[in-house]
Amino acid sequence: MPNERPEKPPALKLEAVQRHFRTNKRLVTALDGISAEVEEGTVTGLIGPDGAGKTTLMRLIAGLLRLDGGSIQALGLDVSADPLGVQGKLGYMPQRFGLYEDLSVRENLDLYADLQGVAPAIRPARYAELLHMTGLGPFTQRMAGRLSGGMKQKLGLACTLLHPPELLLLDEPTVGVDPVSRRELWQIIEHLMQTTSLTVLFSTAYLDEAERCDAVLLLHEGRLLGSGKPGEFTKEIEGRSYLASSQLSRRRLQARLSSTPGVIDAIIQGSHVRVITASTTTSDPAGWIEEAPDLRLTPTPPRFEDSFVARLHEQAQETGSSVTAMPPPLKSANDGDDNVISVSRLSRRFGDFVAVNDISFSVNRGQIFGLLGANGAGKSTTFRMLCGLLPPSSGSLQVAGYDLRKAAAAARGRIGYMAQKFSLYGDLSVHRNLRFFSSAYRLKGARQQDRIDWAIQEFDLKPILNDTSKDLPLGFKQRLALACALMHEPDILFLDEPTSGVDPLARREFWRRINGLAESGVTVLVTTHFMEEAEYCDQLVIMAQGRILATGAPENIKRIARTPETPDPTMEDAFIAVIETPAEADVT
Amino acid sequence: MKGAALRRFTGLLRKEFLQILRDPSALAIAFVLPAVLLLIIGQGVSLDARGVPVALVVQHPDALTASFTGHFEQSPYFRPLRYRDIQSAEAAMAAGKVQAIVWLPSDFSRRARANGNSPIGVIVNGVDANDARLIEGYVQQVWSTWLAAQARLQGKRSPLPLDVAARVRFNPGVSSRDYLVPGLIALIMTLTGALLTALVMAREWERGTLEALMVTRVKMREILLAKLVPYFLLGMGGMAASVAIAVFLFGIPMRGSLLVLTGTSALFMLAALGMGLLISSFARNQFVAGQIAIITTFLPAFILSGFVFDIDSMPQVVQFITHIVAARYFVAILQTLFLAGDVWSVILPNALALAIMAVIFLAAARAITHKRLD
Repeated sequence: MPNERPEKPPALKLEAVQRHFRTNKRLVTALDGISAEVEEGTVTGLIGPDGAGKTTLMRLIAGLLRLDGGSIQALGLDVSADPLGVQGKLGYMPQRFGLYEDLSVRENLDLYADLQGVAPAIRPARYAELLHMTGLGPFTQRMAGRLSGGMKQKLGLACTLLHPPELLLLDEPTVGVDPVSRRELWQIIEHLMQTTSLTVLFSTAYLDEAERCDAVLLLHEGRLLGSGKPGEFTKEIEGRSYLASSQLSRRRLQARLSSTPGVIDAIIQGSHVRVITASTTTSDPAGWIEEAPDLRLTPTPPRFEDSFVARLHEQAQETGSSVTAMPPPLKSANDGDDNVISVSRLSRRFGDFVAVNDISFSVNRGQIFGLLGANGAGKSTTFRMLCGLLPPSSGSLQVAGYDLRKAAAAARGRIGYMAQKFSLYGDLSVHRNLRFFSSAYRLKGARQQDRIDWAIQEFDLKPILNDTSKDLPLGFKQRLALACALMHEPDILFLDEPTSGVDPLARREFWRRINGLAESGVTVLVTTHFMEEAEYCDQLVIMAQGRILATGAPENIKRIARTPETPDPTMEDAFIAVIETPAEADVT
Repeated sequence: MKGAALRRFTGLLRKEFLQILRDPSALAIAFVLPAVLLLIIGQGVSLDARGVPVALVVQHPDALTASFTGHFEQSPYFRPLRYRDIQSAEAAMAAGKVQAIVWLPSDFSRRARANGNSPIGVIVNGVDANDARLIEGYVQQVWSTWLAAQARLQGKRSPLPLDVAARVRFNPGVSSRDYLVPGLIALIMTLTGALLTALVMAREWERGTLEALMVTRVKMREILLAKLVPYFLLGMGGMAASVAIAVFLFGIPMRGSLLVLTGTSALFMLAALGMGLLISSFARNQFVAGQIAIITTFLPAFILSGFVFDIDSMPQVVQFITHIVAARYFVAILQTLFLAGDVWSVILPNALALAIMAVIFLAAARAITHKRLD
C-alpha cells in the first residue's frame, strides 16, 4: 500500500551513491551514482542479477560499508554520520541469515532480543507472536543448524523483527529456498505490512518477485536501470508481448523468431514461444518466417522480466550480445524413443540420511530433461551418480548404454559436465582453460587445435582470450564453462544450476545454445531451482526430500495446479500443488 | 541505557559460553592442545647429556686409576666403556659408539702422587658443538671432583690454582627440563591464547554472523569484551592444567607463590588474547587466522623468547627485537617462579612489560576492528 501523503519524508533516500572495490590493483565500481527514494510503508524490491550491486547497497544502507560518494538518509538519519542510530532502528537479514547454527531457535531469539534491547517482560508475548507467524513454534529447542533452508530463513526474519524495526532490509532471502517457503515468506511480509508501519527493502535475483512489490529499483551492473511501480515497468511494453504458436517445433520457432527483425525477445513458455516486439505496430506475422506461414500471435499481458529484457536490449544494442547461428542438426532431431539415460529405483544413503530415495526416470536422445527442486532436494546427488562420481547405494542406472556400476570411465567419456560454480581455473586465461580442458579430455594435436578454434568461434571468445578467467563477468564465465564441457563433443551434457544469478540476456543466450545442442541430438540434463528455467525442458521431474513428486512435460505438470481461480498456473504454483499433494503425480 | 548495554553484554556472553560447550574446538584448543604439546615436547626436549658413552683408555692400570674411573662409573652422565689403547678408542668414536675418549697417560699415577695434579687427555666428538661443550664440562667436573677428593684424602689443599667451588643455585640437579618446561608453558600459552580469539572471531566473520550482529545497537567494544572474558577464563584454565602437568607429572619444583603466578599469567593471557583479536581483524577466515597465529606467535616465541636460545648471546639487533615478543617476559617470569621463587627484581619489570603489551594489543584490536565490513 503506497503512502498517499506527500509531506511524509521517504524512509530511505539515496543520493548519487558511489562505491568502489579494489581487487588485484583493479578498481571495480560496484555502485555508480544510484539515486532513489523508498516510500514509507512500502515493500520495495531491489532487483537485479548477481553482481548488480544489490548486497553492496544493502550493506551501505545498514552502515556496514563506507560510502565513496553521495549520501544515504535512512529514517531521517544520515547513515555515514550516525550509523549506530540507524542500526538501532532497522532490521537487517544478511544473505546467510546471520544465525548461530550451534544455538537453538530459542537461544538465537534470546541473543537477538538482548542485542535489540527487548525488555524481558514483553518477550514471552513477542516470541509467541513471531513463532506463530513463522510456524517455528514446535521447534524452539532445535539447533538452528538443523533447520531446513526455509525454516532458517524464517528464523532469521524473526530475529530481525524482535524489536519491531522501522526499516527492514532483507538481502536475497528467497534464493535457493523452496517455493513453498518463498510463498510463506511473502505471506509473512504482507501480514506485517497490514499490521505495522514497516518499510521493507527486499533484494532478489528472481524477476517474478518484482510483481509482488509496491515499487521496484532495478539494478544492473551497478547502475539504476529504472525505478517505479512494477505496473509502470510493464506498461512501457504494453501491447508488445505475445504468445506465438505454429506447426514448427517450439524450439525451432523460437530460434527463427529470435532472428526476426522487430522481435527483441523470444523465449519458450510452455508449448508456445513468448515474443516481445520492438513496437506496438507489427506487420502480419504470417510473412515473418518462411517455414511457418501458420504463425499466430496471441496478445498476452506483459511481465516484469519482459520489460527488464526490453530495457537491457535498448542498452545492449550497440555492445551487441552476439547470437551465433544455430549449428546444423547432426542427426535427425528428437526422433527416437531410444533411451540415452535410464534410471530405475535409484537410492543413495549417507549413514541414516537418505539423499535420494528410490527414483526412476528415463531420458531420450535429444531431449532437455530437467530436475527441479529446492536446495537439498537431492538433485546434485542424483547428478553425481549419473556422472559416475558417486556410487549408488541401490538401484541401476545406464548412461549412453553403459552400466555405470561397471563401466563408469567409458560412460564418462561420452559426458560433458558443467558444475554449479563453473569449475574453471580462475588464475588461468581463457585460452589456457580451453587448452587444459581439451587435454583433460585427451584431445591432442590438430584435433585439439580444431576444437579450441571451434570453441573460440562458436562462443565468441576471441576478444577475451587472454583475460584471466576469474575476472570475467558471470555471463562470460558461463560461456567459457560450457565451451570447456563441450570440448570432446559429448553425447550427453549435464548442467548443474547453469544460469542461477546471471542476467536475463545471458540466460537467454545460454538457452539458445542449449536448444541448438538439443536440436543437433545432444541429450541435456539440467538441475535448477529456477522455476522458470523448467519451461525450457521437454520433460522434467520435481524433486523434494530425495523423492520424485511429479514427472512429465512442463505443460502437463502445470496443469496439476489448474483451478477455477488460477486458470493459467505458473510452474511455481504447480510445484507447490505437487508438494502439497502426497501421492506421486505422473502426467507423462 | 546502562541496563540495555549490560543486557547486550550478558546476551553475548551467554551465547559465547553456549558455543564453547557445544562446539568442542575451543575446549580442545584451551586444554588438549597445551597438554599434548607439553607432554610431547616436555618429554622430548632435554639439553642434558645423560648416560653418554665414553671410552676410557688406561695405559697403566693401578689403584689410583681405578679410583678415578670409579668416579666415572658413578656419574649419571656417563656410561664408560673400556678400551685397551687409544687407536681402538678412536675407531669406536669414528663409528659413533662413543662420544668422548678419556685417556689416562702412563705417568698419571706418578704425577698424581708427586704433586697431586695428574693430567688427563680428553677427546670429544665435536659434531654437535653444544653436546661437545657439555661433555667436556662434565668430564672436567668429574676430574676436578676426583682431584679434590684425592687431595682431601692426603690432607692437602686442592692442587688447582683456582678452586672452582661450583655450587649450582636454583636447579641443583642441573636438569635442563626444570628450566625448559616453564619456558615451554609460556610458549604454548602464547599459541593457545592467540588461537582462541583469532579463530572464534574469524569463525564469526566466515559464517556471516558478525554481519548480522553489527546491525544492532551493539558496540564493537561490547563484542570484543564478550569474546575476551570467556576465552580469558578458558585460557587460564589451560594454564592451570599446564602448571599441574609440569609439577605433578614432570616433577618440576614450584618455588614461587600461586598468587604471583596467577597474576602474571593473567597479564600474559590478556596480551596473547589481544594478539589473537588483532589477527582476526585482518584475517577473516579460520584457516588464514590459524596460520597467522602460528607464524606470528609460536615461531618468534620459540626462537626469541630465551626459551632455548640465550637472549644475551644474540646480536644486538636481534636482542632488541626480542623485546616485542611477549613470551620473552613470561618465560623469564615462569623460570623464576618455578625455580627460584618470588624474586621481585625479575618479576616486577617483566610483569610491567607484559601489562604494557596487553594494553597495546587490546587497544590496537579495539582501534582496528570497526563495526564495518570494509
